[in-house]
Amino acid sequence: MATVVKMPKLGFDMAEGLLVRWVKGVGDTVQQGEVLAEIETDKATIEVESEVGGVVHKHLVAENTAVPVGAPIAVIGEPGEQIDAAELLGQTSKPAAAVEQAGPAKEKVMAVESAEDGDGRLPGGVRASPVARRLAAEGGINLSELAGSGPLGRIVKRDVQAVLGAAGPAVAQRTLETVRVPLSKLRATIGRRMTASKQQVPHFYVTADLDAGPLMALRRDLNSRLAEDSKFSVNDFLVKAAALALREFPNLNSALDGDQIVRHGEINIGVAVALDEGLLTVVVRTADQKPLRQLSSELRELASRARAGRVRPADIEGSTFTVSNLGMYQVEHFIAIINPPEAAILAVGSVREEAVVQAGAIVPGSRLQVTLSADHRVTDGAEAARWLQVFRGYIEAPVHLLV
Amino acid sequence: MTQLTIREAISQALWEEMERDQRVIILGEEVGLWGGTYAVTRGFYDHFGPERVRDTPIAEGVIVGAANGAAMAGLRPVAELMTINFAFLAMDQIVNGAAKIHYMFGGQFKVPVVIRAVGGGGRQLGATHSQTPDAVFAHFPGLKVVAPGTPHDAKGLLKAAIRTDDPVLFIEHATLYQTKGEVPEGDFVEPIGVSKVQRQGSDVTIITYSKMLQLSLQAAEQLALEGVQAEIIDLRSLRPLDMGPALASVKRTNRAVVVEEGWRSFGVGAEVVSRLHEEAFDYLDAPVKRVAQDEVPLPYNRELEQLALPQIDDILAAVREVL
Repeated sequence: MATVVKMPKLGFDMAEGLLVRWVKGVGDTVQQGEVLAEIETDKATIEVESEVGGVVHKHLVAENTAVPVGAPIAVIGEPGEQIDAAELLGQTSKPAAAVEQAGPAKEKVMAVESAEDGDGRLPGGVRASPVARRLAAEGGINLSELAGSGPLGRIVKRDVQAVLGAAGPAVAQRTLETVRVPLSKLRATIGRRMTASKQQVPHFYVTADLDAGPLMALRRDLNSRLAEDSKFSVNDFLVKAAALALREFPNLNSALDGDQIVRHGEINIGVAVALDEGLLTVVVRTADQKPLRQLSSELRELASRARAGRVRPADIEGSTFTVSNLGMYQVEHFIAIINPPEAAILAVGSVREEAVVQAGAIVPGSRLQVTLSADHRVTDGAEAARWLQVFRGYIEAPVHLLV
Repeated sequence: MTQLTIREAISQALWEEMERDQRVIILGEEVGLWGGTYAVTRGFYDHFGPERVRDTPIAEGVIVGAANGAAMAGLRPVAELMTINFAFLAMDQIVNGAAKIHYMFGGQFKVPVVIRAVGGGGRQLGATHSQTPDAVFAHFPGLKVVAPGTPHDAKGLLKAAIRTDDPVLFIEHATLYQTKGEVPEGDFVEPIGVSKVQRQGSDVTIITYSKMLQLSLQAAEQLALEGVQAEIIDLRSLRPLDMGPALASVKRTNRAVVVEEGWRSFGVGAEVVSRLHEEAFDYLDAPVKRVAQDEVPLPYNRELEQLALPQIDDILAAVREVL
């Protein structure tokens, strides 16, 4: 008469034991009370004695396997007895198909399958709920390494969440779902270009703090006489000023090509436009030569086409220098990554109302920080600083932008 | 808000709609002089007169057939069937008439008929008078099937049923007429084909309607004592079937139980589970359980009848199984 040996409960709170070593191999004779195997619990290594005598017919779990209390671990029978282990296990309880562990690992877990699914027809060979499968896939967790706490050993959501860790179920209820979103084409392009730029272009940065008072006053004055849809933005002035300043500094309006610096014949200013799906740079051609009103209306048209997703190739190609303005978001300043193959990019912060010292007195002022990122292969800090001086000249005496 | 029984809510809806619209008429067995088997139309005959509140022969095919014809000719009849079990006698008028005429005449005729029918077991009326064949009728495109579980919805949905140009089977539960609840003052309409969250919870979603809504609400109170918060979705109409709130809820709770009074096989639960499976598979953490009537003709014997009908304990057991 064959007997199934089960993992004994060797302590009040023992849920599973790590089978460290089989003392009796398959085919060995074992007397009642003889040591069959060694089990490691949370507290100690304990010898498991056989409750029956006979021949070890089969080991149901390999050494170094964590086994839940009550799960079958071996079959003992009479010498020469023909034993249908599957049938025997079907009669007693659900057999354990244990997962081997590489040594006594801290995570002692195993997958339990019921007899009828032992042929591997379960998807992925594990019994898991759909939501558990989804969460495991998203979290990069291998389900076959988890123990299921649901009926029939089903791996359920709480089991996966327990492994996902810190965010316990109560917290997870409140957090937004983790989702995987494929990179849009635009995002992928931005990622590729910016990574290349940051890795290959030796950036340096020069920051200047400008007096925006005259510019704001001029803009207010001009806009007071303009219709709502043709009012100037601060950016219009900045683009124009950058373009005019670039006339004097061809190195900043250039591109490195092998061992040559290409100094562009045109000054085409790219303006970064934020979209839901990423960032697009629209281009105002020959910006230094265009009257401010024309530049302003072109920019408005380009930006609206970009936001509507209707840009034309010419709208986004051929820029020689870029202006990126986050002023509308109340930022002090920021640093931009050069848009290759350009040599420089200007990052513009917000106009801040603050106290400034003028001729020894504290007076209210409007300030604006800009940071020029430049390619050290084609220009140097001193040149960048001198460009900023010229740029400052236009911003602080903006009437020159109109003539 | 006032406290009304479902009987009062239905009666008010009919009364107000008849006052509002001269085209609304009532016809059925004993609806006039007697005031209705369930006393829903008591007083209507005296107030609205025999022209608009018509007693009919005991012939359900005639009741629905006459109502269909009147609806096609421009009236908005409300036909009362004493029990939904008698609707089988009018099956052809309901599924081949009311549900098809608009379609088969290329939209030239509308059939704005409401068929009020009393369904459900629990009153010891025997196997042939205690059935819950809601799913049978919900099977047919062209027929709206509405089954409210609260006084609020009974009033609002019946008004909507009378006002819609489509034929509506309005199923009232025989044991819910005394159920009380808050009903807004004055005229209001509840949209047909919109499910409703009747109780909020985070641990399990119970999807149900009609009488089983009331049982589920009681079960939820008991579960709350055990620390389990059940969210209860009231389907309110079976066709059109609005799965939106149920899907949203199951995506949060990952566990669901569908409770219906009819038989399990080919039932409302089967349809709901199928849709959950199709549209929320990746959110399920346990097989969705159905609670339904035992698959026997409903016994007359009081104890056996209660045994065969779904009870609060059955709902509790199903919820515990999916948790």
